[in-house]
Amino acid sequence: MKAACLSLIVAALALSACNHSAPQAVAPVAKTPAPAASAPKKAALFVPPPESAIPSDDFGKQVALGRQIFIDPGRYAKAYVGNALSCENCHLDAGRLAHSAPLWGAYPMYPAYRSKTHDVSTFAARLQGCFNYSMNGKAPPQGDAVLVALESYAYWMSKGEPIGVAPPGHGYPKLPKPAIAPDYTRGEAVFKRDCALCHGDDGQGQQAAGRTVFPPLWGTQSFNWGAGMEQVNNAAGFIKANMPLGRGNTLSDQDAWDVAYFMDAHERPQDPRYTGSIPATRAAFHDTPESLYGATVNGQLLGRGVAARP
Amino acid sequence: MKYLRTVSLIVAVSYVGIVSAAATDGATLAQRGNGHGAAPCMACHAPNGGGMAAAGFPRLAGLPDAYLRKQLEDFANGSRANATMQPVAQSLSDDERDAVADYYSKLPVPAQVPAPPLKNDVAQSGQMLATRGRWSENLPACEQCHGPGGIGVGDHFPPLVGQSATYIANELHAWQGGSRHNDPLQLMQHVAANLSDADITAISTWYAAQPMAPKEQQP
Repeated sequence: MKAACLSLIVAALALSACNHSAPQAVAPVAKTPAPAASAPKKAALFVPPPESAIPSDDFGKQVALGRQIFIDPGRYAKAYVGNALSCENCHLDAGRLAHSAPLWGAYPMYPAYRSKTHDVSTFAARLQGCFNYSMNGKAPPQGDAVLVALESYAYWMSKGEPIGVAPPGHGYPKLPKPAIAPDYTRGEAVFKRDCALCHGDDGQGQQAAGRTVFPPLWGTQSFNWGAGMEQVNNAAGFIKANMPLGRGNTLSDQDAWDVAYFMDAHERPQDPRYTGSIPATRAAFHDTPESLYGATVNGQLLGRGVAARP
Repeated sequence: MKYLRTVSLIVAVSYVGIVSAAATDGATLAQRGNGHGAAPCMACHAPNGGGMAAAGFPRLAGLPDAYLRKQLEDFANGSRANATMQPVAQSLSDDERDAVADYYSKLPVPAQVPAPPLKNDVAQSGQMLATRGRWSENLPACEQCHGPGGIGVGDHFPPLVGQSATYIANELHAWQGGSRHNDPLQLMQHVAANLSDADITAISTWYAAQPMAPKEQQP
């Protein structure tokens, strides 16, 4: 009797947990979804100018080119791209969307001292980092047409914003620490339930007509170990706010942490700053509990790297 | 006597052959139905599987096997409510559903009847929703899941190009009204909830006017 009672309670708990976390639970679809606990507030977000306002003069041409590069770098900045990703995979709506690291959230904040580089980076230098790490390619040299166009696009988008003030919706949301430590097995279950539909059971995404439609999350065609997204807190914030696509803020915080951990506990291309030793590289560049570089998860030592596209 | 036995054996074998072929051959099902509830598919979906644009009967030719198979199941279980398709799907056995899905997935995509040109503002709005979405309302672009030019992606995101405006609009209204709720992760129900009637007209007529081969993408 006691056991039956207990199992009833457990079942009820499991059910209520499901209701909170499972977007596929059948429920009438409301036009405006109720935001979950840590959902960012919508108040006072900067609204970038509409794309129709890109001028047609010579400056506007650079802005438009920057936008094209941003959407399809594999075509418009081919020489500097080493994987199947595009900028807008992690910066949604062509870099315009709040809580998805919008360009208008970053542009007014540079030059800035960065602990990652131990120096003051200009915005152009920050863009170079994207190519080195997130795109697993090589940085366009300072003054390169690609950087000029991307910077023009970011500048145009940020018109009217105060300089040096982080606007609401910049970067990815900082989630409260999870109630229980992120876990590979729970993350795998979330992945299968809510992510594999688009990103594939193997996390390698899907392509159509030669274009990446759903980006690969690990492996040779994804971001490398030096990218910001390899840190579990960054990935959890992005996922919570933006995934599944169009269904942001439907995962519980715990689910977002768990699935971020699961994604970041997979092998990817080596950190280009690799010193020749995983422990030394970890000590130099990944000395944070948010990085799984050099950790052993699921019996696998992470940080060995996988070869990028030849 | 021996001759008679041989003949009847041959007759029996060939009879079994015909029946089992009739039950599991996709082409036969498409052209003749199954004789107990499923009308010939081609009566509505056309002999080449291209559908009938004016009536809103969709193209089946060249759609993903797994997608077609799932739709038959969903018609049968009511998660995709449709007065015409429900009895048809319910009368098909598992093997027949496999066979007919396999058959249509392998048919070549028929040549498209060009849709009339659109008014400028409708075309602009349709293209915007198809290629950029409306993120201020958390609305992804159609092609972020259905692929460049709406050509379809994998087993779960069917092609939009090559379908008629009537069919696309009917489905978007069905997602909105809840008569169709067989979408994984409720993705389409959420998309449709954020569309106005004018949006639906714009999207459906825009896709119906697109060529089958994805043109050079100009993002």
